[in-house]
Amino acid sequence: MAHSLEQYKQAFTNARRPPGESSDLAQTREAALNRFLTLGFPTTRDEEWRFTSVAPIAERAFALPQTSPAARHRDIAPLRSADVFGAELVFVDGRLAPALSTADALPRGVRVGSLGDFTAGHADGIASHLARVAQFDRRPFVAFNTAFFADGAYIHVPAHTIVEKPIHVVFVSTGETNGRPAMSHPRVLAVLGDDSQAAVVESYAGPDGAEYFTNVVTEIVLGQNAVLDHYKLQHESAQAYHVGTIVLETGRSASCTSHSISLGGALVRNDVIAILAGEGGECTLNGLYLADGQRLIDNHTTIDHAMPHCGSREIYKGILADRARGVFNGKIIVRPDAQKTDAKQTNRALLLSEDAQVNSKPELEIFANDVKCTHGAAVGQLDQDAVFYLRSRGLDLAEARHLLIHAFAGDVLNRMPLVPVRNGVEEVLQRQLAHALAAAA
Amino acid sequence: MLKVRNLHARVAGREILRGIDLSMNRGEVHAIMGPNGSGKSTLARVLSGHPEYEVTDGEILFEGENLLEMEPEERARAGVFMAFQYPVEIPGVNNAYFLKAALNTMRRHRGEEELDAMEFMTLVRDRMKQLDVDETLLSRPVNEGFSGGEKKRNEIFQMAVLEPKLGVLDETDSGLDIDALKVVAHGVNAMRSADRSFLVVTHYQRLLNYIVPDFVHVLTDGRIVRSGSKELALELEEKGYGWLEEPVGSSKV
Repeated sequence: MAHSLEQYKQAFTNARRPPGESSDLAQTREAALNRFLTLGFPTTRDEEWRFTSVAPIAERAFALPQTSPAARHRDIAPLRSADVFGAELVFVDGRLAPALSTADALPRGVRVGSLGDFTAGHADGIASHLARVAQFDRRPFVAFNTAFFADGAYIHVPAHTIVEKPIHVVFVSTGETNGRPAMSHPRVLAVLGDDSQAAVVESYAGPDGAEYFTNVVTEIVLGQNAVLDHYKLQHESAQAYHVGTIVLETGRSASCTSHSISLGGALVRNDVIAILAGEGGECTLNGLYLADGQRLIDNHTTIDHAMPHCGSREIYKGILADRARGVFNGKIIVRPDAQKTDAKQTNRALLLSEDAQVNSKPELEIFANDVKCTHGAAVGQLDQDAVFYLRSRGLDLAEARHLLIHAFAGDVLNRMPLVPVRNGVEEVLQRQLAHALAAAA
Repeated sequence: MLKVRNLHARVAGREILRGIDLSMNRGEVHAIMGPNGSGKSTLARVLSGHPEYEVTDGEILFEGENLLEMEPEERARAGVFMAFQYPVEIPGVNNAYFLKAALNTMRRHRGEEELDAMEFMTLVRDRMKQLDVDETLLSRPVNEGFSGGEKKRNEIFQMAVLEPKLGVLDETDSGLDIDALKVVAHGVNAMRSADRSFLVVTHYQRLLNYIVPDFVHVLTDGRIVRSGSKELALELEEKGYGWLEEPVGSSKV
């Protein structure tokens, strides 16, 4: 066993778990650890990881923070906006910080809180969904997370309940523990009952310049006719490693939109797996990523049409500057039963320098015969005619470039229904873009 | 206002302009005519600073300043406006937002105060009415999905908002029906003043019935072969360009 795996075996024994965890969960963790030790970290020989080497993660000795230093309010403040959200849970190094969290403005019966608290109390939904939606057999990072997650967010919306105000879960890393880069394994489980509706926003951040590792797993289950508007905003430090897996499962006629915004991180891998498990379900996956320097952002998505009459829409866009790299892999599976599937995938990348690159691959696996599936991919640079046109109207080169890049990103941003969230993302994007363009100039 | 001396320019390694001399005073409207491939549009693009056109000899002075040393945006701010033959579509960039940014850049440069959203809309509505431009055009992305006529009208509309000192119209009439042509011409005529000049590049005499030029120049094979009054345009309409095939050297106005 590689040294790095051996150390995590040790860490597992010493890890602090939520009190009162069920023996079932303890067994699941044990199995997950063993699976992780067997699989090990993926290498580029693995097709799923062909363009993304996780060697920098595998080679570091990340430590589990045993006691979380209190994150400072002012570090978290920019991420929060209490008037927008009905509930805000702040997790520091993967553990809930109750003093920083609020959950007052929620309808009756809606549960939002620490997964640890609820697992101890055997809340409905947890035993039947946790570690079932996101299987770890073939996913080492999911296994890693399942073995180690200290806590996470549990969101349960009962049937026929509309949650008007969005729910925000914030995961903040403090960066270092005992002189070693810290790792955290946040977990999110969101269960929406039949005919319910909610919006959930996940935010990830850490101190500027800090090196740390976040490995998150999000499981989402939508009952019949349930509607979810989901956001993942990844604003980690530019030196951080971030691996995230979202698995969502839609019931009959349910509708889920998941927006994935990746503006931070040195090495980032996002997996989104949408399983359309009920007839007439719909899912929309939107993604936007920006990388500069030598950063790498990898987005892998899978939309699994398992039942008939389901629709999926997907648009991913990336902006790459300097020597940054992007990877996009969009798999669409149409199972034999999934007649009348209507799937559309678009993926575009904008390269701002000659050294930036993107590896992009659509993968369609279609086993039904009465389906509509389209995909399109384009990689290009800024339209020089457009740049000149804008300059001929008095805008300088930087303004013209900025405006065009912003327009490119706007195509994804404008699909985000939550305006305050969109504005927040725009702000970060502007800042990052200014940074990327200044470095390029 | 504008002095072009012995201008040579090439694109993609091919020499297109072979010694243009042209002089324009304030308040004048000059028309540049000529057969396809004569260099009319090249002249317009060189004036606007298009990066694909390389000037190999000669000079251009605009209000005494060396235009060729200026970036495209500096030319625009100095008061040169180019109405493009083929305006580019820019998806995702809102027309109103773009135009306001452009106008306020110009105003800053001229030492004027920037307009706020209300003042901008008042100005823009007035110009839109003048040019019979539909107000929905403002909320659409720049030129995206516009018909050929809408694109041309949008160019003139932008010019009316930005109020340049020199308007260069590159085949603005091509592809316009007669009604649209009249609207465009009306917009240009409304802007004519003792301080503002226009260089109208066109293949057809038709436009010049509506925008009546002070001078007409005929460009053939990269040189101005004839200059004259507006009657020259009528003569060309009647006889075609064939009789001008042999250049007789450049002439000055």
